[in-house]
Amino acid sequence: MNGAVTSPSTAEIHAGWALRTRAFASENKLFMAGGLIFLIILLAAFFAEWIAPYSPTKIAFAQKLQPPSLDHFMGTDKFGRDIFSRVLYGAQTSLAIGALVTLGAILIGSPIGLIAGYFGGKVDTALMRVSDVFLAFPPLLLPISIVAAMGPGLVNAMIALAISWFPWYARIMRGAVLRVRKEPYIDAARAMGVGPTKIMMRHVTPNSLTPIIVQGSMDFGFTILAAASLSFIGLGARPPTIEWGLMAATARTQFLEHWWTALCPGFAIFLTVLAVNLVGDGLRDVLDPKHGTTE
Amino acid sequence: MLKYVTQRLIMMIGILFGVLTIAFILGRILPNSPATLMLGDRPTAEQVAKAEEELGLNKPLLVQYALYMGQIVRGNFGQSLRTHQPVLVEIRNRMGATIELTTLAIIIVVLVGIPLGVLSAVRQNSWVDNLVRAGAVGGVAIPAFILAMVLQIIFYGELNWFPIQGRIDSNILLDDPFAQVTGLFLIDTVLAGEWSALKSAVSHLFLPTLTLSIVTLATVTRITRNMMVEVLGEEFVRTAFAYGIAPHRIYFSYALKATLIPMLTVIGLTYGYLLGGAVVVEFVFDWPGLGGFLVFSIVQNDFPAVLGTTLFLSGTYLLINLIVDLLYFVVDPRLRTQ
Repeated sequence: MNGAVTSPSTAEIHAGWALRTRAFASENKLFMAGGLIFLIILLAAFFAEWIAPYSPTKIAFAQKLQPPSLDHFMGTDKFGRDIFSRVLYGAQTSLAIGALVTLGAILIGSPIGLIAGYFGGKVDTALMRVSDVFLAFPPLLLPISIVAAMGPGLVNAMIALAISWFPWYARIMRGAVLRVRKEPYIDAARAMGVGPTKIMMRHVTPNSLTPIIVQGSMDFGFTILAAASLSFIGLGARPPTIEWGLMAATARTQFLEHWWTALCPGFAIFLTVLAVNLVGDGLRDVLDPKHGTTE
Repeated sequence: MLKYVTQRLIMMIGILFGVLTIAFILGRILPNSPATLMLGDRPTAEQVAKAEEELGLNKPLLVQYALYMGQIVRGNFGQSLRTHQPVLVEIRNRMGATIELTTLAIIIVVLVGIPLGVLSAVRQNSWVDNLVRAGAVGGVAIPAFILAMVLQIIFYGELNWFPIQGRIDSNILLDDPFAQVTGLFLIDTVLAGEWSALKSAVSHLFLPTLTLSIVTLATVTRITRNMMVEVLGEEFVRTAFAYGIAPHRIYFSYALKATLIPMLTVIGLTYGYLLGGAVVVEFVFDWPGLGGFLVFSIVQNDFPAVLGTTLFLSGTYLLINLIVDLLYFVVDPRLRTQ
């Protein structure tokens, strides 16, 4: 086949993309806004070292509990540390938590769903019943009791959250596999003597990824929120880790008179989760057309 | 119908069994043996061995598992390592506070969230819809503990309208205690005719309930709206419109009926969110319920109390979902004939 004759020039492709992007942007204002805020937070986390006006850990009791000013955009905490600098560094922690926990849940859940969906029968029933048990706990209670067993700490909190979140991915992956499994190309591969492992990796997985990505983008925000809650009640991050939930917890002794010590990190959590959720909503509308029609 | 009910019951027992198994596994992966935790600082090896024997920790794992299951079935949740009281007694003392808080919150959430969701779906893409949707998207992003602090700053710090923590004025319980019949202060104070105590209970309830409701409201509104939008897209709704039936009749007697089952599901799920959220809210407001107790027990390394509370709360959640399942029959006559 001679592709050069029928396909449009690169310039035309480029123009087409630009047009489509612009049309997409005007139709999905919330998605664009969310994406923009998320990008800014991402950059802030990435370049925290350069942006932060002060060291996030430098204690200066002479400067303690100063209200927001030009010197300290978000004021200082009870140790005289600059809250703006700490919020910037906290973004690194929270984004890493969101990414790692979501990834962990996907890595535990997807193979389980894949195996359950592909083999069906007893394997399916056994795996899915076990996953159901994890969903029987009220949200947040399972991670709390896992942390209680393993001992408080950020790493344990993240493991606990990933363990509590995986059944959703097992379910989604299983559903996706059940849809894909009936496709003729899977039969064809099997008829050619391709083994189950290779069929799952090569053919089933890539075709089941979309719903996983959509769910992952939605869960990214929820895991940040859950991790911050765990840190706040003393089960997650501990000093000297800089984490937003922990900053709010440290502020508990003086937030009534010095609101900025609690509300600045709190607003950072809110803004990040909001941005991530807007992006997740937008991704779902684009990648999952069934949903897009009613929303 | 009987078949369905037994099926549900068997499934619930199976899940409960799984939940207990997870709890058992969690109890065995503790970094410190429960025996050492019970004995406190620097026990001798002999003391540890003796305590392990008492607790049955020297038996094979499978035997331990069977013993543990037997105890739970008989309602023995073990003893708190801190207070040396049976965990079940500790739970019973705090149950009322949590039930009062979550029940009030679910009433508010259902009464506000479901109508808002329906309204938003009916007036799709209007300003009401956009406002409700924006509120829902923003609402799920607010951390409960930050909302609690904002409300504390406004209503306690600035206005001084409501107390910042606790369940009732401690003076009332000390000087002039009322009989705690139900454990729910709103009911107990009325039964005792203690109006000033009632007033104190109400004002203490206000901020925690508000926090818990707002945090949960967003999720419920959002799910309700999406369900209603789906139902309104169904053909029977279109047909009803084509027949010229008045819109309010379509919404309220046709469409809403079709959403009753998913709505019941939402309420069941919401209760789960409330129980999870109550942990954080009770912690912030120093509310003497199970959530705060749970956090405190974790910090104090009181693992039997942690497990007992978790099991109790999860069991409550399962029970509520079972009730929801059974309510499907009341709502949907088609299920009864199957």
